[in-house]
Amino acid sequence: MDRAEVDERIRKLIEPFNKKGVTIADGTTFAGDLEFDSLTVMDFVAAIEDEFDIIISMNQQAEIETWGQLVDAVFRLQNT
Amino acid sequence: MSEGISQPDAPLQADQPTPVGDLFSKFDALIKQREDLLANGVEDPFSLVMEKVLSPTRAICNGRDTILLGTYNYMGMTFDRDVIEAGKKALEEFGSGTTGSRVLNGTYRGHKECEQALKDFYAMDHAMVFSTGYQANLGIIATIAGKGDYVVLDIDSHASIWDGCAMGNAEIVPFKHNDLEALDNRLRRIPEGAGKLVVLEGVYSMLGDVAPLREMVAIAKKHGAMVLVDEAHSMGFIGPNGRGVAEEQGVIDEVDFIIGTFSKSVGTVGGFCVSNHPKFEILRLVCRPYVFTASLPPSVVATAATSIRKLMHGSNKRAHLWENSKRLHGGLTELGFTLGTKEPQSAIVAVIMPDLEHGAAMWEALLHEGLYVNLARPPATPAGMTLLRCSLCAEHSAEEVETILGMFARAGKAVGII
Repeated sequence: MDRAEVDERIRKLIEPFNKKGVTIADGTTFAGDLEFDSLTVMDFVAAIEDEFDIIISMNQQAEIETWGQLVDAVFRLQNT
Repeated sequence: MSEGISQPDAPLQADQPTPVGDLFSKFDALIKQREDLLANGVEDPFSLVMEKVLSPTRAICNGRDTILLGTYNYMGMTFDRDVIEAGKKALEEFGSGTTGSRVLNGTYRGHKECEQALKDFYAMDHAMVFSTGYQANLGIIATIAGKGDYVVLDIDSHASIWDGCAMGNAEIVPFKHNDLEALDNRLRRIPEGAGKLVVLEGVYSMLGDVAPLREMVAIAKKHGAMVLVDEAHSMGFIGPNGRGVAEEQGVIDEVDFIIGTFSKSVGTVGGFCVSNHPKFEILRLVCRPYVFTASLPPSVVATAATSIRKLMHGSNKRAHLWENSKRLHGGLTELGFTLGTKEPQSAIVAVIMPDLEHGAAMWEALLHEGLYVNLARPPATPAGMTLLRCSLCAEHSAEEVETILGMFARAGKAVGII
């Protein structure tokens, strides 16, 4: 799966969590732009983990602040 | 008597300008929320003072004679005559404190006797006593799960478990509360060869619900993980010998570590870990929250040991505690309150409030009726809920439980929740 496809699939997953319909670009932040609280982050991460059959530990999550970083991380994880 | 109580803790004026570089500016939102709450005239739920404690179930709180329904004093051991006598004797014979670490000058005869009482209570080979239950979770989790290992934990875990994860160097992977499939999936995805620790609780303290430990422990073992179960809220009254939910569900022999506390059923303060692991004793040298703190005072370990031994024979009290829990749960359900569990699963009955404002108003109305419960709110609660958490005691009489239901009925109607 290439990066664009990973991006597309996560875009579908985020829809129910993106309640304000924020336009998402690589620089979009989860805490700031999307106003995700810790519970939303948990549910969103679980959805990604199940979709790609990967684990994103909280240690790894701590280094993901933007959409672009998330797509990069998932792209990397599903190739290992 | 109580006028001055909230003064030192009164919120700041939020309109005061915050100086640049003030490290406290991160608390501004919370300061504002507290100020708004108290501006409505609500008695501060987080600065209650008990001026006099009359028994395990009664105290003078903010000047009022109050029934205590939020103390986790499940077995009512705090005023047990034998427990108090043991504490007095130890205080006389060994002094007021040890002034030292367990690994230096802080291990007295009483600490060893307390650990022996735990080994006898749980029928396990090893017991290690910490200065608090918080430190037991903090120390054990942070120490045994190291760099490259994985800790897989329930998302609703207690703060002490989360803090143990934060203090250690392992990869931290939470899963949805009590969800078997989520646990299985996360364990399956962990890289082969990595060490795995699954952390569970017997009773979850916010809603009072019990974990499906039989299934969860089987899943953990299938993936080769070690299992730690926090049984803080089950000791003394769940399981044939009061050893907790793991015993009740027949999987205690599969559990590698049980964490517990003296500050609930045992009726004093302190924490512990019991285990059959053959190398367990090495933890006394490598577990920092055990090493780098003073040990419990002699009177505390003496009261704990006496209480633990009495809890081995507490079946009548256990039966009455369950009757109380069932009656309160049934009565509150009949009154129309929404509770955390459909059936009574433990000695905790959590009443779900529509929001913090109603929760605080209800809490205050109950206090004015002469009833103390815990007001619990985020981040301590799951899913952003506000709860009035009730914990029953074996010393609550059947009549007291009826009195409590009457108080809930009146307060609930006054606040407009039922």
